[in-house]
This record gives sequence, C-alpha cells and structure tokens, in this order.
Amino acid sequence: LSCCWLIHRHSDKPAKMPAVSKGDGMRGLAVFISDIRNCKSKEAEIKRINKELANIRSKFKGDKALDGYSKKKYVCKLLFIFLLGHDIDFGHMEAVNLLSSNKYTEKQIGYLFISVLVNSNSELIRLINNAIKNDLSSRNPTFMCLALHCIANVGSREMAEAFASEIPRILVAGDTMDSVKQSAALCLLRLYKTSPDLVLMGEWTSRVVHLLNDQHMGVVTAAISLITCLSQKNPDEFKTCVSLAVSRLSRIVSSASTDLQDYTYYFVPAPWLSCKLLRLLQCYPPPEDGAVKGRLVECLETILNKAQEPPKSKKVQHSNAKNAILFEAISLIIHYDSEPNLLVRACNQLGQFLQHRETNLRYLALESMCTLASSEFSHEAVKTHIETVINALKTERDVSVRQRAADLLYAMCDRSNAKQIVAEMLSYLETADYSIREEMVLKVAILAEKYAVDYSWYVDTILNLIRIAGDYVSEEVWYRVIQIVINRDDVQGYAAKTVFEALQAPACHENMVKVGGYILGEFGNLIAGDPRSSPLVQFNLLHSKFHLCSVPTRALLLSAYIKFINLFPETKATIQEVLRCDSQIRNSDVELQQRAVEYLKLSSIASTDVLATVLEEMPPFPERESSILAKLKKKKGPGAVSVTELEDSKREGGELNGGGDRGPDTASTPSPSADLLGIRSAAPVGAAPASAGSLLVDVFSEAGDISSLTNPLIPLPCRFVCKNNGVLFENQLLQIGIKSEYRQNLGRMYLFYGNKTSVQFASFTTTVSCPGELQSHILSMHLLEPLVEGGAQIQQVLNIECLTDFSDAPLLNIKFRYGGALQNLTLKLPVTINKFFQPTEMTSSDFFQRWKQLSQPQQEAQKIFKANHSMDTEVLKAKLLGLGTALLDNVDPNPENYVCAGVIQTKGQQVGCLLRLEPNAQAQMYRLTLRCSKDSVSRRLCELLAEQF
Amino acid sequence: MIKAILIFNNHGKPRLSKFYEHYNEDTEQQIIRETFHLVSKRDENVCNFLEGGMLIGGSDYKLIYRHYATLYFVFCVDSSESELGILDLIQVFVETLDKCFENVCELDLIFHVDKVHNILAEMVMGGMVLETNMNEIITQVDAQNKMEKSEVMCFVTFINQCPCLDICSMQGHCFAFHTASASR
Repeated sequence: LSCCWLIHRHSDKPAKMPAVSKGDGMRGLAVFISDIRNCKSKEAEIKRINKELANIRSKFKGDKALDGYSKKKYVCKLLFIFLLGHDIDFGHMEAVNLLSSNKYTEKQIGYLFISVLVNSNSELIRLINNAIKNDLSSRNPTFMCLALHCIANVGSREMAEAFASEIPRILVAGDTMDSVKQSAALCLLRLYKTSPDLVLMGEWTSRVVHLLNDQHMGVVTAAISLITCLSQKNPDEFKTCVSLAVSRLSRIVSSASTDLQDYTYYFVPAPWLSCKLLRLLQCYPPPEDGAVKGRLVECLETILNKAQEPPKSKKVQHSNAKNAILFEAISLIIHYDSEPNLLVRACNQLGQFLQHRETNLRYLALESMCTLASSEFSHEAVKTHIETVINALKTERDVSVRQRAADLLYAMCDRSNAKQIVAEMLSYLETADYSIREEMVLKVAILAEKYAVDYSWYVDTILNLIRIAGDYVSEEVWYRVIQIVINRDDVQGYAAKTVFEALQAPACHENMVKVGGYILGEFGNLIAGDPRSSPLVQFNLLHSKFHLCSVPTRALLLSAYIKFINLFPETKATIQEVLRCDSQIRNSDVELQQRAVEYLKLSSIASTDVLATVLEEMPPFPERESSILAKLKKKKGPGAVSVTELEDSKREGGELNGGGDRGPDTASTPSPSADLLGIRSAAPVGAAPASAGSLLVDVFSEAGDISSLTNPLIPLPCRFVCKNNGVLFENQLLQIGIKSEYRQNLGRMYLFYGNKTSVQFASFTTTVSCPGELQSHILSMHLLEPLVEGGAQIQQVLNIECLTDFSDAPLLNIKFRYGGALQNLTLKLPVTINKFFQPTEMTSSDFFQRWKQLSQPQQEAQKIFKANHSMDTEVLKAKLLGLGTALLDNVDPNPENYVCAGVIQTKGQQVGCLLRLEPNAQAQMYRLTLRCSKDSVSRRLCELLAEQF
Repeated sequence: MIKAILIFNNHGKPRLSKFYEHYNEDTEQQIIRETFHLVSKRDENVCNFLEGGMLIGGSDYKLIYRHYATLYFVFCVDSSESELGILDLIQVFVETLDKCFENVCELDLIFHVDKVHNILAEMVMGGMVLETNMNEIITQVDAQNKMEKSEVMCFVTFINQCPCLDICSMQGHCFAFHTASASR
C-alpha cells in the first residue's frame, strides 16, 4: 500500500468540486450547502437555515406527493442542518415512509435519518419496527444489513422486545450471508447490552462460540465482540471459547504476513482481531488444560519475540499495529500474573518503551506498568525504572503522559522509595497543570500518610503541600493531618513548631491558617517555653491572619482563642478584649457572633476547673479508613483504586493512627459512632448547636455517620390501609406523596418526591427492599435522576406483583445529600395484603353457607377492641369499602352489623375472605371476625383492620 | 466500546458526528465543542490519547484522535478498546474515505455526509467494530454505489443540464491531507 493517496494539493491546481463531478444528483442539496458556507455571519446562516426549514416543511405538508428523490434530498438537507447544531423537530414521518420504499437509496437515507435523529423512546418506534421486520424477512442481504444497523443504532427496549429472539436465528442460520452474520452479531450485542433480560441464552450460544472458527475473518471480528461481552456476564456458559480463541490466535500469530491477505495490515496479520482475542482471554483465568496453556504461552512468547525483530516496514502504521498486539499480550500476562518469566520479559519490554521516541508508546508503557507494579513478581522490576519515570514527570511535554507518570510513581511507591517519590511529586506540583493538581495533592497526602515512618516528615510534607498548592488541598487532607497529630503525641510538639514557623510567612494560605489555628489551640503550650513563640506571640500571629480569612476559618480561630485562654491564662485579658470588640460581638454573621458572645461569657464566668474540663485537649480520633483515600476513590470512580491498595492502606493506616503508645486506647474504642458522639459533646460548648457552619464538628465526623445513626424506621401511617393516595411522609426537607392503583394481583404505585427546600438534593437514590418472604414482590422500579432541584418534584413508578400472601410491607430507603449532609430515611410502603382484594357480591344464604364452610378454628381470626375513631355509620362504610371488599347489605340479621366479602388475588392462588364487624355503640367496642380460606390471611387482616376502627 | 466518533475541522466545525449512546442534541453539540477544545489545544507530536471531557464521562473514557491537515478524527472509547488498535482503525477509515472519494478532502465530507455515514457504518456498528478489512469495506460501498447509480440514472441527465456551481467561491476552503501529518 503506497502513500500516494495523500497527495498534497496546491492551491494553484484546480480545486475539486465534489458535488457535481460525482454526478449523483442532489443539486439542490449542494446549492444549499454552498449557500450556508458562503454566509458571512452566524445570523445570516441561521436566516438561511430557517428559510430552508420553512421550505422543507411546506414541501412535506404540501398537497403534492413528493417523489422518492425529493424526499431523499430534503432528508439530506435536514441531516446537514442537524449536524450544524440545529434542532430538527419534523421530517421523522417522511423518513419512516422512506423505509418502506423498494429503492435502496431511499430506504438507506430513511434509515440514516432514523439512526441519527430518532432516539430510543420515540413514538415512531412501532412504525420503524414494522419496516425493520419487513426488511429482515426480505432475504435481501443489503436490506437486512440496513435493518440490523438500525436496530443496533437505536437499540431501544421496544426493538429488543420485537427482535431479540429473531436475531440469534439469523446469526447462526447456515444460509446467512457473511456480511449479514457480521451485522447480526453486533446487533445482538447491542440488544444484549440494552436489555440483557430479553436476550435469552439458548441453543444458539454454543454455535455463537464456534463462530470463532469461522472461515471469514470479518465474521470472527464481529463475533468476538459479542462473545467477549457474553463471556463477561456468563463466564461458565462460554468457557469453551478459551481453547477456540487460543487456537485462532495461534494460527494468526504463526502465519506469515501474507497468509491472511486483506486482513494483513501493513505487514501485520490481523492486528485488530489479535487484540480482541487477547482481550477475550483476559475474561478468564489461565487455561487449565496443559496443551492449551502451552500453546498460549508459545503465542505470547512469539509476540514478545517479534517485538525485538527488525521492522518489516518503516511506516508508523506497521509498528502501531505490531505494538497494539504487544500491549494486549502484556496485559494478558499481567492479568494471569502467574508466569514470572513472562512478567519479567513484559516489564523489560515496557522499560524499553519508556524511552521510546514515540510519545504514544511512552504513554502506554507508563499505563501498563501501573498495573504491573501491583504484581508481586514484578514490583521490584518496575521499581528499577524509577529514574526514567521521574524524568518523564519532569520533562514530558504532554500533560496526558505526565499524568500517567504520576500515576505510575504512585503505584510503584513503597517504603523504600516513598521519600524520593513524594519529594519529586511535591516539586512537580509547583508547576503541574491545574487540571491534575487536586489529584496530585491527594496522592501525595496518601503516600505521605501510608509510608510515614517518622511523623515529622509527614507533617512537613502536608504543610509543604498546603504551602505549594493550598487551593487544591481539600478539607479531607487537612482534617486528616489534624486527626493524625491529635492521635500521635510524639509529633504534637514538632507540628506546633512547624506550623508556627509556616504561619510566619507574610502570605500564607487559608488552609494553613486553619491547621495552624487548630494545632496551636491544642498544642501551643508545647512551644510556649521559647520566648520567640510565647503565648502572646502565638496569639498575635494567628490574629494577624484573622481579618483576611473567610467566615468558617474565623469561627475556627475563635475556638482556638478560647482554647488559648485555657492553655495560657495570661492571654485571657487580651483575648477577652478581642472578643468584646464590636466586630466580633456584633458581627453580622450569626455563627461568629454567637461564638464571640458565648466564648466571652464562658471565659468570664466559668471557674478554671470548669474551663479546663470544657476545653480539654481533644481525645484521639477513632481509627477509620482514611478519608483522603475515600476521596481519591470517589474521584477516580470504583475500581480505580485496587483492593490490595485499600487493604494495604488500612494496615498501614492502622499503624499510623493507633500504633505506638496510644494504640490501646484507640483500638479499644467500642465503635466509631459512639465515640463520635462523645467527641461532639466534648467540643467547645460555645459552638453553635451543630449548625452546618460549625467547623469543629465537621472535623470529627462526616455528617453522614450521625444521620445514619439516627435513622429510625418510619412506621406506616395506618390510614393507608384503606386509602391508596395521599402524603406518605413529610419533614422539613422532603415530602413524599403516593398514588397507587391495584388490579387483581398487580399494582402500580407512583411515588412523588418533592424537594421542599430551595437547595438541590444531590446523589438522590431510592431503593426498595422486601423483607423475608416478600423478596420478589416488587417487579420493577424506574431509576431516578440523582439530582433533585430545589422546589422540584420528581416521580417514580413502582410495579408490584403479589406472589403470595404476606404480612410485612416493603421498605423504601431514600438517601440524598442536602448541603453536605447525607440524609437517610427508611419507611414502609403502604402495600398491604388487602390491596389485592376483589369485591364479591353475594346473597345472604350464599354468605352464610360459605361462612359455615370456613369453620375450622384456624381459619377464623377474631378480635374485640375499643373504638379508636368515630363510630359513625358513614365513616365505617367508607372505610370498609376502601378496604377493597364488597359491603353486603341485608345479610346479617342484625342491621347494626357489617358484613363484607372479597377474594384476595395472589399470583399463585385466590384466597376467599369473609368479614363481620359488630359495633357496640354503648360500650364503644367492636368485635371483628374474619374467616378466610387461608389461615395466615385471616390473622393478618384481623391485625390490620383492628387499627382502623 | 466506541462511544462516539467525531470529525471536526481546525475551527471546530463539525463534519461528522456519530454517537453510539443517546444524548440530546444540545449535549451532543456541547460534547463536540468540549472535545474540540480539549484536542485542538494540544501540540503536534504529543500523544494521540487523552482522557475524555466531563460531558462524555471523564477519565473512564479516552479520546483517541488523529489530526489530518484541516481535520481532526476523534474516537471516544471506553477501557475495553486498545488505544493503538483504534489509531489503526482511524487510519483504515481515512484510507477508505480516500479510496471512495478519490483523494478525499474536507469538502467531500461536507457534501456527502450520507456517504460518509454509510462508509462508517460498514466499519462500526452500534459502537463495535464490524469490519477492519479495507477491501471488504470498499467492496460493500461499491456495491451500494452501483445500486444507487442504477436507481438515479434518470436524474443524471437533469443534473448535467444545469449550469455548474460557482466553484471559485469554494477554492479557499479546498485542501488536501498533508502527507506529513498523515504518516504519523
């Protein structure tokens, strides 16, 4: 293949005019496009487009039937307009009409329009499905491919419902053309991804696996994507693909560069397929069969060997394709993590790439090495490249590559090289791209904590971090340093000294002031002996920053001041003076004002003893997962931080937090939450009662811990037994309304969540769980958007099926973030057994006959109870009707009594129920009797109803 | 999986956008803008991969791109795809376009959006790769062209009678792919 197609055309040569020279019509389209391109301004363009849209609209609406050519032309124009970023809200119907044309061009443009412009929930899907059905059965391969493409592009649930059973048949049928097979494979894959429940495994599964052996490489190429996806979800069913994939791979790898003809790409045989085969193998552990494994190892060795051979072409495409396979092979070797020999070879190969002149290869080598670093066989080998990686961090021109280098340094870090790596990362931070600073800060903070052997180094590192990149130091990071300093008394003096020095800088970051205020407030006494850092000097230093700080920091500083009064009685007068001045005691911010007032009062009326107790040094924090690590995990998404790393840090973190002299205290803390509350009460009393702005409280806990502690199960309001609609729950933040309807054993419930505040609720999630035997009663639940804007209401639909009779109601759990705090509440959904009642009318004689039939003692449940509500006849009738049963008149000989009959529909059976309610107005009592064909139902109904009257 | 395939020129004008996951029109346009912004500020000779923008899903997705003269070809893919493999795929795509349009240039993409979509559809379907063999793709496209030709014969006469378009007004836009940048 030559490069002659890439001719550089000079501007003096006649320009090519594609539209007309191709002679395929659509002159109107070319004119329109040229018009648009000649528009001098955006306004002119919009004007021209609107004119065209009006024209097309009138043509579509006009009386004259358009011929296929014109329809095609207009649809093409619409596509072009859409590409320019304009909304297209018509033409869909015309496109659908084009689908049923017999002409290829018209059909094709119709499908194109639909795959670009129709989304999966369009109302037109049914019409489109019809056209697709016709094309699929047309036996014309071109039409079939168009239809399959359309399904794969739109991929809606309705389409899956219509075609999920048809596609596998097309895929494995013996007489299907290769090109159709290819399309069918990917079409099925798409349906499986969107609606896995509709694509049922069956006899076709094994035949799909055997497509790996297909003669036609294109079919294998398409099928392997399908097989990989299916294998990930059902590894056991598709196990046989491993040996087939190995033999296919082996045939490709050992073939000469000309064997595969068209599938040879720049002298590399079938690179794409090789990559995909190697990816497929990464879904499975190493093959157990010795022969298969031997063959695979041979393949991998051949691939590694080929990398050392001289290239067959100087073209970048050649080395690209070759290396694509090589990187996948290395990924597989890392995935198996069982062949030390191959692992070391892989590591050496990557080491070569680290210094390659191709930036792409350096990038990929850094990325692959990251995973290699976590293997115990190769961790040491990876570490030998540390200088190269550090160099990459310093000198790479491309930020993506630098980021990979930073990732790799993070991954290869251990006790032996932590100081070097952290120092390099810190110095890199000074010039790092803004986009990656926050992540770098988190990484440095984690490494410093994880591998700290001496804590003065840790404190230095974090303070440096704040100095260099204060803006990117999140709360988690500085909370953490405080937690650690509080928990380790051997570092407290050093921390106080260092932070004092850091605060000397004329412009220091606000985060530094926070750490400084907190640490000096706790441990300022440890350095007060030195006249250069006497109490008053410390106080003046802190207070010199006060006016430049934000409200939360000022609040923290006020708390530090009151702690100073306790630590150093000699500063009392000065500090009281500060607190007393108008800017504090009359501060417009309520939090600051309250702190100033309360601290002033506290310092003047409390005795030294009381003051000492209230303002005692902070107790150690309970051991818990590093909040920084949690933050990094959140940032990188699940899976980004490997499990080993997590466990590692727990182990190390434990040492850091609880290790040493104070270990036992922390370890014996019964539970973090209990301790949490303890700390809260020990916090400076003056602090406003847990207001959102109260910084000190924030340090002790993520609000989530507290609110989940106090997460009571909200009982079901009993009025919902006889009612289907209403407000289920309401507090200051949230209102939940329900509307429900039931038919036979099925029900549908609409839940309306209203945000009563003006602030957005974030991460709003709801889950429904069914206790015990109820497991599968909830059929489906629509997912919600995670954000609920202030004042907004969102709706969720719940489909319910009653499988068998039950007594516990399903539970609805709602979680969301309001402000910073996690809200968590669980309530019972008003799904009770009586919702599935069907009323049954019957005569008096029928009723008593059945009553007698249900005479076994366990079939009857009876309760005598005092009336809780009005005994008014109309109220009672309404309640009994609301229950779902038929209220039978003229049945009971005593007209004061009420009798009802109904059948409860469950999926498995029907339960007949008879009810008799005998009020005694004088005694304000009721006697309730139930007889049902199933004894558990009698008991449950009796319990439910007794609360109603 | 390939999440989106975008082609835009050096000024950020979209020339092809194909999303394999549904977004509304506004988001699609924003994604194109965001992607252009991310890709266009990069120097030549840096690597061809970068993390996806926020709109497309952030660091779970990679943008893999090639810059040919006035056009950027960008594939947004998830972690299941081989980066170098996708680069090869872009090359196959461009070579195929070049064969089909006989020295492809930006104008071809503008005036034949439908054809470009068709060619792409022979390579990628529902976000997965259907075929990587250029000859096979071209065979399919040729077969379609033949069918098309036989159907539009009646219009050719009509077209030929029309006066030619003002070619000069377009010369300024015409260009070709540079050998140098394409060989990377």
